[in-house]
Amino acid sequence: MFAYVVKRLIAGIVVVFMVSMAVFLLFWYGPNEPARPLCDQQTSNHCDTARLARYTENLGYNNPVLSEYGTFVKGIFVGRDMTIGTKTRPCPAPCFGYSYRTTVPVWGEMKTRLPATFSVAIGGASLYLLFGIPIGVAAARRRGTVADKALVSSFLVLSSIPYYLFALLTWLYLTVIFEIPFLSDTGYHPFTDNPAKWFSGLLLAWIVLGIFGCTQYTRYSRGAMIEALSEDYIRTAKAKGLPARTVVYKHGLRAALVPIVTIFGIDFGVLLAGTIFTERIFDIQGIGFWSLQAVTAKDLPVVEATALFSAVVLVVANLLVDVIYSVLDPRVRLS
Amino acid sequence: MEDLTVRFPTEDGFITAVHGLSYTVELGKTLGIVGESGSGKSVSSMAVLGLHDNKTARITGSIRVGGTEVVGLSENRMRKLRGNQVAMIFQDALAALHPFYKIGGQLAEAYLVHHPSASKRDARRKAIEMLDRVGIPQPDRRVDDFPHQFSGGMRQRAMIAMGLINDPSLLIADEPTTALDVTVPAQILDLLQDLQREFNSAVIIITHDLGVIAEMADDVLVMYAGRAVEYGLGKELLTHPEMPYTWGLLSSVPDVTASTDSRLIPIPGNPPSLLSLPAGCSFHPRCVHSDKVPGDLCATTMPELSPGTRGPSHLKRCHLANADAVYQAEVLPEIAPDLVEETL
Repeated sequence: MFAYVVKRLIAGIVVVFMVSMAVFLLFWYGPNEPARPLCDQQTSNHCDTARLARYTENLGYNNPVLSEYGTFVKGIFVGRDMTIGTKTRPCPAPCFGYSYRTTVPVWGEMKTRLPATFSVAIGGASLYLLFGIPIGVAAARRRGTVADKALVSSFLVLSSIPYYLFALLTWLYLTVIFEIPFLSDTGYHPFTDNPAKWFSGLLLAWIVLGIFGCTQYTRYSRGAMIEALSEDYIRTAKAKGLPARTVVYKHGLRAALVPIVTIFGIDFGVLLAGTIFTERIFDIQGIGFWSLQAVTAKDLPVVEATALFSAVVLVVANLLVDVIYSVLDPRVRLS
Repeated sequence: MEDLTVRFPTEDGFITAVHGLSYTVELGKTLGIVGESGSGKSVSSMAVLGLHDNKTARITGSIRVGGTEVVGLSENRMRKLRGNQVAMIFQDALAALHPFYKIGGQLAEAYLVHHPSASKRDARRKAIEMLDRVGIPQPDRRVDDFPHQFSGGMRQRAMIAMGLINDPSLLIADEPTTALDVTVPAQILDLLQDLQREFNSAVIIITHDLGVIAEMADDVLVMYAGRAVEYGLGKELLTHPEMPYTWGLLSSVPDVTASTDSRLIPIPGNPPSLLSLPAGCSFHPRCVHSDKVPGDLCATTMPELSPGTRGPSHLKRCHLANADAVYQAEVLPEIAPDLVEETL
């Protein structure tokens, strides 16, 4: 088991390393004049050829790619000094550079945005499970009835709507047209400042994310539960004289949880990596919103940092899924 | 069991999986039920435990266990009967045991649900005791194993231990040896016989293996397309069968000790669909002896389950008048020439 985790961990590190290279190369060979956004920002849009040349030189775009990648990686682990315009500033580890758009250290900004994204992700993902699993289990137990069919088809319709449209319309109707008081003030307020505002600001995002995501979890849970309930060991459990509740939850749901957890781990990772639509629509200053702004502004250090962050989060999520999987299924533990 | 009928709805109409089935098993005795897949042998046994979905299955007739009428019993009272007075062991123990729970936990659970006042420690002790009883080595250690850590034979032993943990008066074994390696079934059958003697429970053993029947059963019930077609004392039925379907089953048993003259004769055709049973005797389209019955009686009239030539201890559902004579003269020489020569 330990050897297995170590093996997966090494594989994960390799993935993160490759993503970092790919993203680094992308902006090295990506936009023309990669230094221009910073130059424009620093000179209030008076970036002439000479200034651009100086910024390009200072940011290292004239050096060989490989040595610059080395500098970049070294900066992440031990920090480095960076020259922006005429000033040289320290960039302590983990250094992802300075944002071209706002000239603040990328890591510092990321730290302030993580709580917003994590709040959205944890709330949304909890609702996935909180609604998805009980509804799915209830549908599986009533398989083939009118209630089950109505639920399955209405959830299918709901999940066929593009998410951004669903989120945007919900936001539009609830906060702009009907102005529902408690929900209208969307946005992120730190929990430590004001828990009530934190809650009310995120509530709509959670509900939208949760309802949309739980349709999928209802389908997964229903399918996994129907499969589990048709297993021989369920018949054995009934033949033992166990009450229906024990048969369904202890014997059925326990088995059905395995595939659900696998999907959930990945989905939760995706949410943690930043929810672009949700954060944009509900005005939550998280990682997703930030990466969107970075892409439109050619803010390359932020693009790189957010891409790396997604890779790390997904690798960790995958690793956790593997560990949880082996905890849930004893047959995996030995092999 | 008295005149049990089990019907299920399907997309093409109701099917009658079990039709007017009656039998009796006494404490300490073993009834063997034989038949092909779909003959109703498992469906009728599941009805004894009330395991059919009462929303869909239509069950009529009467099943009495001890003094309790099972048909129409409330789910709550049925639950108290299951695993307690009536236990069932299933054919594929790997699939029938929960893969995520320890063997001991699964046994203890079966004990605790019918002994609510027992402590978890009592239940664990009982589980170890039962594992020891069925011949699991080092039961105090193996009790914490998961099913996949057991061998096939040990898993079936654990199933049996679970079935007997509450000392049931009736144990139903549904193909208990089918999924096992060739050398294991004999041990499992021996174990079942030993335990039956010890617990003095009634046993119903469902199988399509006549070897198992010959070894285990006091009484034999042969089923075809949902009906009993032959029912009687085991020894008598196996040596003087009076129903061509039973002859067919006997002819299709391979006998490795027999001389090369003995032949394996398959029953022609396939079991009928329960949705469109043939008119008359359900077996007549596959029966090679129906021409010995005058007229087209086989094709028009379902024969009654009636006493054979040896009296009411042996019932058969067949129009053939001199069935035993036909068997001794025509069928037996085909399947076991040695045996006939010896008797002559």
